[in-house]
Amino acid sequence: MAEKKILLGNEAIARGAYEAGVKVASAYPGTPSTEISESLAKYDEVYAEWAPNEKVATEVAIGASIAGVRSMCAMKHVGVNVAADPLYTAAYTGVRGGMVLVAADDPGMYSSQNEQDSRMVARAAMVPVLEPSDSAEAKEFMKYAYELSETYDTPMMLRTTTRLSYSQGVVELCPREEREDIAYERDPAKFVMMPGNAIKRHLVVEARMKKMAEDACHFSINRVEYKDRSVGFITSGIPYQYVKEAMPNASVLKLGLVHPLPRKLIEEFASNVDRLYIVEELEPVIEEQVKSWGISKAVGKEIFTVQGEYSANMIREKVLGEKNEVDTPAQVPARPPILCPGCPHRSVYTVLNKLKIHGAGDIGCYTLGAVAPLSVIDTTICMGASISTLHGMEKAKGKEYIKNWVAVIGDSTFMHTGINSLMNMVYNQSSGTVLILDNSTTGMTGHQDHAATGKTLKGQVVPAINIYQLCRSLGIEHVYEVDAFDQEELTKIIRQETKRDAVSVIITKAPCALLKGVKFPNVCRPNSDQCKKCGACLKPGCPALTRNEDGTISIDETMCNGCGLCMQLCKFHAIEKTERN
Amino acid sequence: MDNKNIMIVGVGGQGTLLTSRILGKLATISGFDVKLSEVHGMAQRGGSVVTFVRYGEKVAEPIVEEGQADVLIAFERLEALRYLHFLKKDGVVIVNDWRIDPITVVTRVASYPENIIDTLKASRKTIVVEATKEAKKMGMPKAFNVIVLGAAARHMGFAKESWIHVIETTVPEKTVEVNKKAFEIGYGLSV
Repeated sequence: MAEKKILLGNEAIARGAYEAGVKVASAYPGTPSTEISESLAKYDEVYAEWAPNEKVATEVAIGASIAGVRSMCAMKHVGVNVAADPLYTAAYTGVRGGMVLVAADDPGMYSSQNEQDSRMVARAAMVPVLEPSDSAEAKEFMKYAYELSETYDTPMMLRTTTRLSYSQGVVELCPREEREDIAYERDPAKFVMMPGNAIKRHLVVEARMKKMAEDACHFSINRVEYKDRSVGFITSGIPYQYVKEAMPNASVLKLGLVHPLPRKLIEEFASNVDRLYIVEELEPVIEEQVKSWGISKAVGKEIFTVQGEYSANMIREKVLGEKNEVDTPAQVPARPPILCPGCPHRSVYTVLNKLKIHGAGDIGCYTLGAVAPLSVIDTTICMGASISTLHGMEKAKGKEYIKNWVAVIGDSTFMHTGINSLMNMVYNQSSGTVLILDNSTTGMTGHQDHAATGKTLKGQVVPAINIYQLCRSLGIEHVYEVDAFDQEELTKIIRQETKRDAVSVIITKAPCALLKGVKFPNVCRPNSDQCKKCGACLKPGCPALTRNEDGTISIDETMCNGCGLCMQLCKFHAIEKTERN
Repeated sequence: MDNKNIMIVGVGGQGTLLTSRILGKLATISGFDVKLSEVHGMAQRGGSVVTFVRYGEKVAEPIVEEGQADVLIAFERLEALRYLHFLKKDGVVIVNDWRIDPITVVTRVASYPENIIDTLKASRKTIVVEATKEAKKMGMPKAFNVIVLGAAARHMGFAKESWIHVIETTVPEKTVEVNKKAFEIGYGLSV
């Protein structure tokens, strides 16, 4: 009997790639996609890597496909934007070895800056999309995606969402399919996309999508489940589970391929049910097409939201009018995420807060500097934007305007796209100050290596790109490395460099407090006798500190990492750093 | 058997993930269809986190919805209260009697609710465990979550030996003994 295992959606996607015989995989970490690559890297037969960004990852996969092997790239939804340039043209060239781009959407924005729907991008790029609805399907659909990719000569997208990626379900494991590499053959008409060739390839793309749409009426992953025909649902992905949970006796057309759509199959299903609902999270991608064919009884976003996640309760309420009788939720204080105890970002932000400096922010844990009590980050747009938005502010309002501003970016994000923005600052003569918060890892996604950490996804030790030297090599004269916990030195250098009429880079260094191998031999202990109850130590909002009823403070030693920030802020020496018991 | 719906709630970093995975594995080897839903990414950084575990003959959606949980396992008082309305009327809450102030309380935007345990008791069957205090007393402060799990174990229909077996094969090797001991303590507390 085949081995059964309970796997995370992301682990199942990786397992599918492994079983399909994938040889090369490239990715940039991003919730909810990160574990796909981490899991894939554990298979010896697969080469898996972290690329600096999603554009690079996609091009690596394209290259491997052209070289004749099955390849994969994985990213979160906003990463698909970064990868859009190669993706759109890869649809024109098609593939040699099968190629799949895994796009992980985040309905409900658990860990993202927007709620975009990757199916919209895929439609624009004319790339077919598969959408599984549990771990078992995630694995099977990956394998099927490679078959379709090679049969139809197209890159494929497999779309997952946070709920699928981070749900575990039972999966049956199969052996890996060992595949012969496809021999290389020069084919410029297919792979050199200059106008003369691309004009012809565009016709190929249109014809391919048309053919696939027709064939898809017979794909087994597009499945009709006829039961009670008074109500029918067209759905896919995780929403299928909500439909089954809410109305197990309704008829369902479950789409495994969500682009292109199997028109005849949908029209037939629509004519066989009395009422028709289209249940899809986020954008009305299926619905708008179905309605454009004149199927006017279809009901979708008139009753279902375009925001956040769905649920069985929601479907019961909207379709059956059944309101779930539950207790009113208790009125309790919110508990938003915060920087961890011992986080080096807290120390840097304490200085910015003290100096009343605004931060043009970026994507990472350090975005949390936007909220009280630190409140130093004023903007967050996308990966790498901190540096370029600060540059734009200066060009709009002049050098003086940004004297109380800095750009704040993490080491991994800097390597992702921040470096491009810094090149622009040098070239176009900015005077901005850039803070690179170097915590030696990609923190928020759960500690992934990158080009400046000296270790690969496969665990190989390699030369680390030196961020200091990299910045110096751009011709920037004023580059500093400072201990992120040294309040005095940080204050001095930030004050000095924000005044300067030239671009400068301050690299604040200290490893993420959660990074494996980082030891915390010390804890901070309060001395109530010397405490003047001023509350200065509480200002940075370290969760290990609480104020006692008499105004003195307590420090929770299981949480305290002994970073010593609170100690540095206490003028009365009422906190000391001592060895952990 | 109807599907069992379990929720594990707490503060990011308290180990809800590990705990739900122990339960998920146990339900899988017991022959059930199982679905788990977890929280990753930014919310893990000290925010309110919830994981769902569902098991039974056939599980469709991977989440537990309001009013549908059989068991609510809470690693912190306030989080128990936050998710209390997810419990069925005859559901049971196992709560670690421990307080962690959210940043909204630290910055005095909000205040930490008083008498949470009494509120829980007035609403649902409530089992209170001093897991953090017990764990500290035993010199293994981080294993409090497995103490809570031990206390909840009697409400999920698996044999004690099966729990121990899964703990042995799920937690990191170095922590097997500590976690087994923690489970035993919790199991003993809920009698």
